[in-house]
Amino acid sequence: METYTLFILLLAATIRVGTPLLLAALGAMFSERAGVIDLGLEGKMLGAAFASAAVSAVAGSAWLGLGAGIATGVALSLLIGFACITLRGNQVVAGLAVTIMVVGLAPTLGLAWFNQGGQTPSLDAPGLRFVGLPWPWSNFAREHPFPGLLYAELVSGHNIIVYVAAVLVPLSAWVLYRTRFGLRLRAVGENPQAIDTAGISVNRLRYAAVVISGVLCGVAGTFLSTAASSGFQRDMTAGKGYLALAALIFGKWRPYPTLGACLLFAFADALAARLQGVALPLVGEIPVQFILALPYVLTVLLLAGFVGKANPPLAVGVPYSKEK
Amino acid sequence: MTAAGKLPRWAEFALLPLINLVVAFVLAGGIVRLLGENPWQALRLLVAGAAGSQDAIGYTLYYATNFIFTGLAVAIAYHAGMFNIGAEGQAYIGGLGMGLAALWLGDASRWVVVPLAILAGAGFGAAWAFVPAWLQARRGSHIVITTIMFNFIASALMTYLLVNVLIKPGQQSPETREFGAHAFMPAMHAVLAKVGLTFAPTPFNFAFVLSLIAALLVWIFVWHTRWGYAFRVTGQNPAAAVYAGIAPPRIIIGSMLLSGALAGGLGLNELLGAQHRLIIDFPGGAGFVGIAVSLMGRNHPVGIVAAALLFGALYQGGSQLAFDLPKINRDMVVVIQGLVILFCGAMENLLRAPLTRAWARFARTAPAE
Amino acid sequence: MPPGTPAPALAEIPALELRGIDKRFGSVHANRAVNLSVARGSVHGLIGENGAGKSTLMNIVYGFHRADAGEVLVNGHATNLHAPHDAIAAGIGMVHQHFMLVENFTVLENVILGVEGGALLAAGLARARTELAQLARDYALEVPLDETVADLPVGLQQRIEILKALYRRADILVLDEPTAVLTPQEADALFAMLRRLRDEGKSVILVTHKLREIMAVTDRVTVMRQGAVVANLATVETSPRELAEKMVGRPVLLRVEKAPAQPREPLLSVRALEVRDRFGVARVKQASFDVCAGEIVGVAGVSGNGQSELLETLAGIRAPTSGAILLGGRDLIAERLDPRARRKLGLAHVPEDRLRMGVVASFSAEDNVILGYQDRPSYRRGALLHHRAIRAECEKMMAEHDVRPPSPRLRITAFSGGNQQKLVLAREIESAPEVLLVGQPTRGVDIGAIEFIHRRLIALRDAGKALLVVSVELEEILALADRILVMHAGEIIGEVPRAEATEERLGLMMAGVKREADA
Repeated sequence: METYTLFILLLAATIRVGTPLLLAALGAMFSERAGVIDLGLEGKMLGAAFASAAVSAVAGSAWLGLGAGIATGVALSLLIGFACITLRGNQVVAGLAVTIMVVGLAPTLGLAWFNQGGQTPSLDAPGLRFVGLPWPWSNFAREHPFPGLLYAELVSGHNIIVYVAAVLVPLSAWVLYRTRFGLRLRAVGENPQAIDTAGISVNRLRYAAVVISGVLCGVAGTFLSTAASSGFQRDMTAGKGYLALAALIFGKWRPYPTLGACLLFAFADALAARLQGVALPLVGEIPVQFILALPYVLTVLLLAGFVGKANPPLAVGVPYSKEK
Repeated sequence: MTAAGKLPRWAEFALLPLINLVVAFVLAGGIVRLLGENPWQALRLLVAGAAGSQDAIGYTLYYATNFIFTGLAVAIAYHAGMFNIGAEGQAYIGGLGMGLAALWLGDASRWVVVPLAILAGAGFGAAWAFVPAWLQARRGSHIVITTIMFNFIASALMTYLLVNVLIKPGQQSPETREFGAHAFMPAMHAVLAKVGLTFAPTPFNFAFVLSLIAALLVWIFVWHTRWGYAFRVTGQNPAAAVYAGIAPPRIIIGSMLLSGALAGGLGLNELLGAQHRLIIDFPGGAGFVGIAVSLMGRNHPVGIVAAALLFGALYQGGSQLAFDLPKINRDMVVVIQGLVILFCGAMENLLRAPLTRAWARFARTAPAE
Repeated sequence: MPPGTPAPALAEIPALELRGIDKRFGSVHANRAVNLSVARGSVHGLIGENGAGKSTLMNIVYGFHRADAGEVLVNGHATNLHAPHDAIAAGIGMVHQHFMLVENFTVLENVILGVEGGALLAAGLARARTELAQLARDYALEVPLDETVADLPVGLQQRIEILKALYRRADILVLDEPTAVLTPQEADALFAMLRRLRDEGKSVILVTHKLREIMAVTDRVTVMRQGAVVANLATVETSPRELAEKMVGRPVLLRVEKAPAQPREPLLSVRALEVRDRFGVARVKQASFDVCAGEIVGVAGVSGNGQSELLETLAGIRAPTSGAILLGGRDLIAERLDPRARRKLGLAHVPEDRLRMGVVASFSAEDNVILGYQDRPSYRRGALLHHRAIRAECEKMMAEHDVRPPSPRLRITAFSGGNQQKLVLAREIESAPEVLLVGQPTRGVDIGAIEFIHRRLIALRDAGKALLVVSVELEEILALADRILVMHAGEIIGEVPRAEATEERLGLMMAGVKREADA
C-alpha cells in the first residue's frame, strides 16, 4: 500500500512537472509543423514566467498575470517570427538569440523594478497564484485508497492550467487534422510552394503558427512562476524549453505521442526528485547532481536511440522565398 | 539573396556587421533608459571601464582571450556545417583535463607541464564534443539539442567532482588546491617587464598570444589546406562532398573534435593564466559569447579576434558599469550579447536591403574612373 | 478540329492577351514589351531557351510576379493579377514543371488545398469527391483519391496537377515543361488529353523547349529570345529548324556530325549489379553490361527508372547490394573504393544535377575546379593548397572549353547553366579519365552550348575513351550513343545498336515492352 500511495503521488507529480513541458511542446508543434524551428521555447517560457509573476505581484491577480504571460510569449514569438519569416534569417540563431536576451533581461528588469536581486516578490497573498482546485468529494475519496486516491490525487486538485493543458491535446489534434487551418498549416511546413501557388499566404500561416506557440509558451511560463512556484527566479526554466523540443521530436510532431514523451520526461524528473537522499539497494545514494542531470541524459539517449527514424516536416527550418 | 544588386565584399564583411552592432547598442541604450539610467552616461562609463586605464585594458584583453578561443571553436565547426552550442561545456570539461594535468604534474618542469596541460585540455574538450558529433554523424540527432544537453550534463558533472572529489580538503568553496608551481601561464605584465615595459598587474596573460596563434592556425587550416577545403565543401553542400570523395560523417566528427579542442583552450587563459586552480563555472558563459563572436566575425579569424576584443571590452566595461550604476547589473551584458546575436545572426537581412539600395545609389552617382 | 484551322468568328476575342508586358529584375530585362495572344479553344506553344523569359512571363500570368508595364486581358477584360489568388479567380490554372504537391497528403487533400469550402474539412472533402468523380469522367482523368501522393508514379502526379486546375474552374491552362518526366507514349497520352481539353473549349499554353512537342500538338507557336518575342507563327507553317534558328538567332546544327564508332576492349564492366534504396526497394536489378574504349553507351529511360541509382553506384556515391564493377582489372565493389579512389583509377563523373552535387554554389569557379581533386599533388605545396597553380589550371580549362566569362574567382552561380556545365565537364575531362560517366549532359544548357558539349564528348570517344551517357532526352541519346541500353523499372530491358534504334522502338522499351511483335 505504501508503494501504491507513493506511485500515485509520483504520478501526480509527473502531471505537475509535465504540464509546462506539454504546453511548450504543443506550441512548438504548431510552429514546426508550419516550418519554423522553435528554439526560443526556453526564452519565451522564461519571459512569460517573469512577466506573469511581476504583474501578478503588482496588480494583485494571477489572471492578470496570465494575461501578461501570454502577451509576453506572443511578443517574443512575433520577434522570432519577424526574423525567421519576414527577414528569412537563420531560425536556430533567432531562437537562441531571443532566449539569451530574455535570460539577461528578466533578472535585469527584476532588479530594477523590485530590487530583490532579480527575483519578483513572493506571491504569498491569496489570488496571486493558481492554486489546486479540488473536485467534489475528493476528501471523501482520499479515505478510500483504491480507486479513491487515484481520483483525489491524480484527477482532482490540480490547478486550472493543468486541466487546460489536458484539454489542449485533443483540441490540438482536432485543429491539426480536422480543420482547414490545420490542413494548410501542415501543407506549408511540407511544401510552402504548394500553398503559395494555391493562392494562400505562406507568411500569414507561419505567423499564425508562431503566435499559437507564443500563447502556449506564455501559459507554460505562467504556470512555472504562478502555479508551480510563488514567483520568478532567474534561470527558473533550467532547460525545460529544450526538453520540450526533444519531447516533440520523440513524439514525431504529433499531439498524442508528444504527450506521451512529455509524461515520460516528467516521470523521470519526478522519480529522480523522489530518489534524492534515498539509498538504493545496489548503488547506494545517488549524488544530487546526477539526479539533476537525469532529464538531460535521458534526452540524449532518446535522441540517439529512436529519433534517427523520425521525419520532421519537410520544409522545416528553410526560409521561404518565391524565387527558386 | 535578393536579385537586385549586391554589396561589395568589404561592406558585406565589415560594414554590415558594424551597422548591426550599432543597432544592437541603440536598443540596449533604450533598455538602459527604461531602467531609469542615462544611456550616454552608461556608454561613457562602459568605454572608460574598458579602455580607460592600463588596468582596464588588461582586463579587457584577458576576457577577450577566452572569447577568441570559443569563437574559433564555434567557427571551425560552423564551416563544416555544424552549429556547436556546446562550447561552454567543452571548455568546462577541457579545463578539467587541464586541471588534472596541472594538479598531478605541477611540480615537473614547465616545459613538461604546460604542453601536457594543453594536450589534456584539448583532448578532454574534444572528447566532450565527440558524443554529440557521433550522434549527429551516425544517427542524425540534431547537434544543437545534443550539445545543449551536454552543457547541462557538464555542469552537473563538474559540480559533483568539485564538491565531492577534487575539492581541497578542509574548505567549503568547491575548488581544487592550487596548481603546481610550474603549471601556469606567465602573466603579461611580467613578460612585458622583462622587456622593460611597465604594465599594470591584471589577469592578462600569455594565453592571449597563444589564442592569436590558434587564430592563425585556424585561418591556414580552413582556407589553405585540403582538409579545410573538405570542411567547407561539407558545410556548404554535403552531396557535393560525397561526390568529391569526402565522407561527411568523418568531417562532422573531425570538425567537432577540433572545435572541442579549441574550446578547451579557454582553460589556458582562465585556469593556467588567472585562477591557478579549478573553480566552479569558470567558463562563465564564454561558450555562448563565442557564438556571438563567431557570428559577428563572420566565422573568419580576423573578424573573430576583432569581435572578441569588442566583447571583452563589453564585459570589462559592463562590470564597471554594474559597479557604478546601481540599477544595472551584469545581466545587462548578457542582454547586449543576445541583441548582438539577434542582429548579426538572425536579423542581418533587416539592414542589408536598405544598405544595398544606398550603396547602389552611391555607386551610380560616383564619378566614372 | 484539326490544328491550324481558323477559329469561328464567335471566338474572336482571345482567351488570354498580353500587351506590352515588361519586367526587370535589377539589371536583367526579363520581358521586353511582350505581346501574346492566345485564341480560345486552342493549344498555343511558347518556346525559347533558358533565360528567354518564358518562365517570367508565365509567372506574371499566374500572378507570381507583377509586370512593370503592360496589361493582361482575360477574355477581353483587363485583369489585375497581384497574386495567384487573382489568377485562379480569373480562370487561369498552372501546371508547374516541379509539382506543387504535398507528398504526405492524399490526392484528395492535395486537390482541395486552398479551396476547401469551409473551415471544417469534412463537408468540403465530401463535396470534392463527387465533383472530382464527374471531372474524371468528363476528361478521362482518373486518379485514386485516397492514396498518398508520395506513393504514386510521376505520370499520375501530373494528372493530379491538371485536375487541381480544372477543379478550380480553369479555362486557361498553362503547362510548364510537362513532358520532362514522361515516356514518349505517356507524352502522347498527355497530348491527346490536351487536344480533348481544347475541343471542350479550354485554352492551353504549352511552355517547352522541345521542338517535337510544339510540332505535335500546338496550333500556334510564339518564340522568345532574350526577353522579347521574335516570332509568332501558325505551327503548320513552320519547321523545327526554323524554330531552332529563331530561338538562338543563328542557324543551328541540330545534330553533330560524327564518324562511326570503333570500339575496342571493354574498359568498364558491370556484372549483376543490384541496388536497393533505404526502404529495401530494388532500384537496379541485375544490371550487366560493358563499356568499351572508343564507344559511347547511352542509357535511355524515363527519369526514375533506376538510371540515377545506376550512375551513382558506378561513381561510388551509392553502395550496391550485390554485384561487381570492374575497372582497370579491379573490382570497385569488392574493394570498397570510394569516389576519390575511383578517380585515381581513371573514372570521372559528370553528375546529373550539377547544382545539387557537381559544384558548390557558394564557391568560386577555381574552388569548384578542384572539387574531387583536392588531394592532387599538383594542386598542393606540401600540406597547403597552391592557389596560384589552381587558378592557372582553371584559366586553362576555361580557355580550352569555351567557358565565359573566363574569370576563375567569379562565383560559380554567376555563370550561366551552359557555362557551369562546360566547366564541370572540363574538370572531369582534364583529369584524363579512361572512363567518363555523364548524367544529363545538357540539362539546363542553352542550344548553343549543347553543340559544343556534344562535340566534346564525341571527341573524347574518338580519342579512345569509354563513355557512359545517361539522358532522359531521347534526342540526345540518339545523337550521341553508339549503343543504347534502355532501363525500365530498374532492369536493362534491352540493348539496341544505334543503327537499329528508332524513337518508337525505344519509346516502347522505355514503357516496359520488351519485344514488340515485328511489324
